[in-house]
Amino acid sequence: MRYSIFSLVAEALKGHTGWQPAWRDAAPKAEYDVLIIGGGGHGLATAHYLASRHGITNVAVIEKGYIGSGNVGRNTTIIRSNYLLAGNTPFYELSMKLWEGLERDLNYNAMVSQRGVLNLYHSDAQRDAFARRGNAMRLAGVDAELIDRERVRAMLPFLDYDTARFPIHGGLLQRRGGTARHDAVAWGYARAADSRGVDIIQNCEVTGIDVAGGRILGVQTTRGPIKAKKVALAVAGNSSRLAAMVGMRLPIESHVLQAFVSEGLKPLIDCVVTFGAGHFYVSQSDKGGLVFGGDIDGYNSYAQRGNLPVIEDVMEAAMGLWPGLGRVRLLRHWGGIMDMSMDGSPIIDRTPVQGLYLNAGWCYGGFKATPASGFCFAHLIAKDEPHPLAAAYRLDRFATGRLIDEKGAGAQPNLH
Amino acid sequence: MRIPCPHCGLRDVQEFTYLGDAGPRRPDGLAATEAAMFDYVYLRENPRGLHEELWYHGGGCHVWLVVCRDTLTHGIESVVPANRKMRAAV
Repeated sequence: MRYSIFSLVAEALKGHTGWQPAWRDAAPKAEYDVLIIGGGGHGLATAHYLASRHGITNVAVIEKGYIGSGNVGRNTTIIRSNYLLAGNTPFYELSMKLWEGLERDLNYNAMVSQRGVLNLYHSDAQRDAFARRGNAMRLAGVDAELIDRERVRAMLPFLDYDTARFPIHGGLLQRRGGTARHDAVAWGYARAADSRGVDIIQNCEVTGIDVAGGRILGVQTTRGPIKAKKVALAVAGNSSRLAAMVGMRLPIESHVLQAFVSEGLKPLIDCVVTFGAGHFYVSQSDKGGLVFGGDIDGYNSYAQRGNLPVIEDVMEAAMGLWPGLGRVRLLRHWGGIMDMSMDGSPIIDRTPVQGLYLNAGWCYGGFKATPASGFCFAHLIAKDEPHPLAAAYRLDRFATGRLIDEKGAGAQPNLH
Repeated sequence: MRIPCPHCGLRDVQEFTYLGDAGPRRPDGLAATEAAMFDYVYLRENPRGLHEELWYHGGGCHVWLVVCRDTLTHGIESVVPANRKMRAAV
């Protein structure tokens, strides 16, 4: 069923009795051309682009829980393409362009809202660094504006400009950035892929990967063996565990990142703001809750929950930026498991096992990359060669020294 | 999360700084191959379950510790001063 104003009116007149499930609850078949492990945003996007751009429809997405139960439902929904390095900027800009056309492509309301992303700076040195970043973005065809303190004040009069330890001097604004409804992104990709024949198989955990003679054969799952000509891993957070099934070790550590939402408030903040003197970012959801987050907890973790010190740290940064938040109550918080890579950038590449492809290492920037990640991963799987815009995300770059380290933090995953 | 320091007793995790996996051993810099250095610098087991890791007790005894911790439950199995652990491994 195609969603439109007409289908909505027709269903309203029928008392909303005719809506169909958005995707089939498929059972695994014996064999597929492509088997995608991981029913998160990236896995489902890969399935959609395989089917819609490459005509490969004998595809299954298998997910150990229910789709959207992992990081695609655990992020702070921010989309942006304000990257500095040549390996990153065009890739994230492709993602931004795909976001801009996503709802028409999927026939699904993902609530993409280009409300602007403003990164604040608090010193002259930071202004210079942001000017450089903005210039790099503009050279790559991305929009960026360096705005001064008075323009920031006109946008957000309630921030603490003068009395804080880190006075606000201005900000780098990407107007095309913003937010998208994260669950709807998973559901929209699932529905679009399913409509082209992709099987979405939930509650199906991979327990082993079958390889013979250096070639992929298929996987063992809790719902029986499934053969496949090609297998694609899109399981950020658990990439090391699946790679270990074929004897690979990855340049990745798993870390927990917490996120928070406040009680619902009246419209208060109409863009995404990041604090430049600590790690804190905030936006307001359409339901009215302030959605915000900060640093990862900093130690290896597979527990989808964090500890109190980081919560305190995030609240301190919040108060430093926006003292009025002290009157707001926290509604809930949660954690997701991030693939923290050794240079802070992702991996989209083949593996030493023929027919096994890897999409991993998204650190805590995976949500904004969802469309481009799926687009480029589908290209890699279909053609067995990397998409030109994702060609830098090689698995062997750590051995060859071609790192993409935006932050310059080195091989210390908890610092990226 | 609290870590039972062998010198200071049970202390809040805020007193400690995390470095990472205690497993990798730095190869002899002059004799090591590129492959061995790559392995040491970049590759990690990253287990879900028990993990031996280095923590520094900067808010207490200023000693490096090897903490064996479950990465799924955050439960701590054992804590040993790193110098004793490393000496035993040599």
